[in-house]
Amino acid sequence: MDAFTTHTGTALPLRRSNVDTDQIIPAVYLKRVTKIGFEDGLFAAWRNDPNFVLNLPQYAGATIMIAGPDFGTGSSREHAVWALQNYGFKVVIGSRFGDIFRGNSGKSGLLIAVVDQKIIEELWDFVEENPAVPITVDLVGRQITAVGFHSECEIDDYTRWRLMEGLDDIGLTLRHVDQIAEFERTRPGYKPKTLPAKVASAS
Amino acid sequence: MGKTLSEKVWDDHVVRTADGEPDLLFIDLHLIHEVTSPQAFDGLRQAERTVRRPDLTLATEDHNTPTLNIDLPIADPVSRTQVETLRKNAREFGIRIHSLGDLDQGIVHIIGPQLGLTQPGLTVVCGDSHTSTHGAFGAIAFGIGTSEVEHVLATQTLPQARPKTLAVNVNGELPVGVSAKDIVLALIAKVGTGGGQGYIVEYRGSTIEALSMEGRMTICNMSIEWGAKAGMIAPDETTFAYIKGRPHAPEGTDWDAAVGYWRTLRTDPDAVFDAEVDLDASQLTPFVTWGTNPGQGVPLGAEVPDPEIFAEEADRTAATKALEYMALRPGQKMREIRVDTVFLGSCTNGRIEDLRAAAGVITGHHVADHVRMLVVPGSARVRLQAESEGLDVIFKEAGAEWRAAGCSMCLGMNPDQLAPGERAASTSNRNFEGRQGKGGRTHLVSPLVAAATAVIGTLSSPADLTGTR
Repeated sequence: MDAFTTHTGTALPLRRSNVDTDQIIPAVYLKRVTKIGFEDGLFAAWRNDPNFVLNLPQYAGATIMIAGPDFGTGSSREHAVWALQNYGFKVVIGSRFGDIFRGNSGKSGLLIAVVDQKIIEELWDFVEENPAVPITVDLVGRQITAVGFHSECEIDDYTRWRLMEGLDDIGLTLRHVDQIAEFERTRPGYKPKTLPAKVASAS
Repeated sequence: MGKTLSEKVWDDHVVRTADGEPDLLFIDLHLIHEVTSPQAFDGLRQAERTVRRPDLTLATEDHNTPTLNIDLPIADPVSRTQVETLRKNAREFGIRIHSLGDLDQGIVHIIGPQLGLTQPGLTVVCGDSHTSTHGAFGAIAFGIGTSEVEHVLATQTLPQARPKTLAVNVNGELPVGVSAKDIVLALIAKVGTGGGQGYIVEYRGSTIEALSMEGRMTICNMSIEWGAKAGMIAPDETTFAYIKGRPHAPEGTDWDAAVGYWRTLRTDPDAVFDAEVDLDASQLTPFVTWGTNPGQGVPLGAEVPDPEIFAEEADRTAATKALEYMALRPGQKMREIRVDTVFLGSCTNGRIEDLRAAAGVITGHHVADHVRMLVVPGSARVRLQAESEGLDVIFKEAGAEWRAAGCSMCLGMNPDQLAPGERAASTSNRNFEGRQGKGGRTHLVSPLVAAATAVIGTLSSPADLTGTR
């Protein structure tokens, strides 16, 4: 994963609450076996509407999404994160996120910045009035700034550190492989194993 | 101070803990399916890593699989590739797989418990948000993304921040015609889709204790629909009886040792939850959704709400958008909403008890002329069990379609989908826009309501059918 310290880009206001991952990318687009090419499914159902914010010319090229409360709820599909990234988004700012979506974002390098819903309302107004003004999201200083705008944002320490260092989670865990092996040695023998396979006799 | 159930199970799985870092948790059971695993296996290959514990991993095919003509190759080439990719990965990495056509194939959350692999005190993960289902056995079970699937494959662990704890206390006797599904739909309407965010939930109280394992799974299944990390129920005699004798249940002295441990998995009397929610089950009636998230629900006897009644601006906007999408108007009686399709199945309500309940209602009746009803058992074995009890005949004689096992119409990934504008009563878990097919409209209901609705053609309860309301 590439290291992430700060990002500057224009933003897009998504004035909707409860945008579940089925809306971010409908199931029919989940059939690919790669992590690329999901941008065509991003908000697929809403993109038919010429007035949908993704279709508005003033927000073309935006890399920061200002989302409503409870963004990314529902299904665990990491394809939702890939779709946002494939489309070009680097940061999503919001007040509340689905847990799994937020976790998936951290793993894939999409920055989730949390601010109060009041700040979201201010950002929506700011971006609608100033769609071409670049916004900077500073992971190091946990700040969102633009000419004429400033706010602190929340990013948990651990995710922030991993993103800043561009660390591979699995590599980090494998540094403790001896402790995993030790834990495995002490696991009770009655815990189930999938192998060798046992099945019921045919009924 | 004592510990809650979830704290006990959590503490028993901590491989490593360090200040400022999430706990490293050992994972006892990793379930995988075709949709969220291919990129994880690719990641393993690219990093030249292997699967650490194939003996704690199980694969099945469910999301893409058709429920008709399962003996033929999957017609959609993209779906077929995804399923074949899972088969190839399972072969390459030595993972047990139950493929389409296999007796033990089925929805991943149905087959884990059915095989006796889901047991109390385990940590269970799967790249699927409804993994919370397995919490019904007193396991910590939660859905993960594909990066985490890869992490578990490679290390059999996951770094996880310790969630807060929340008790949902459900007490009182359930009225006739009210089931586990109604409990959880009423709960979500009360707390909202974000109400459980950051919590592991324990469902407790006399109503929960009186539920069967199937009912408990229905409730835990929908924990994610109100944002909870996981949902759990303390194991008891009902749990032990369900597990005993299943293919992977412990045997002999292992059984005794396991049950000895399982009996310790109860919240201590002096343990304190970070938050609590109370629900009086005796006041519940059949519950149905009107909107496009599972929190937008009302009693079946109520009316479509006016968006203006919601205090929060975001809720008013969401309700207005939902009514527009659902083509409903405020004040309309829920009972007068006419459906085109009834879907009985899914990891929420595709178990044998659900099929029995619906069959009991539909016996001697016929599905309304304008309605198509799909009955989709959650697993191949549920289908066989139902057929051995003659339930298939009851459904077919009533004019319903009897299908093969899979996720089917719960999500629009296989051929079973709603057409644009089509309206369904579904026993599944999500009424999101387009969830069951682009432009489709979903009302979430219990199996009892689904069966009565199929017969009458508008949202109904069994009491409407027998004239006892």
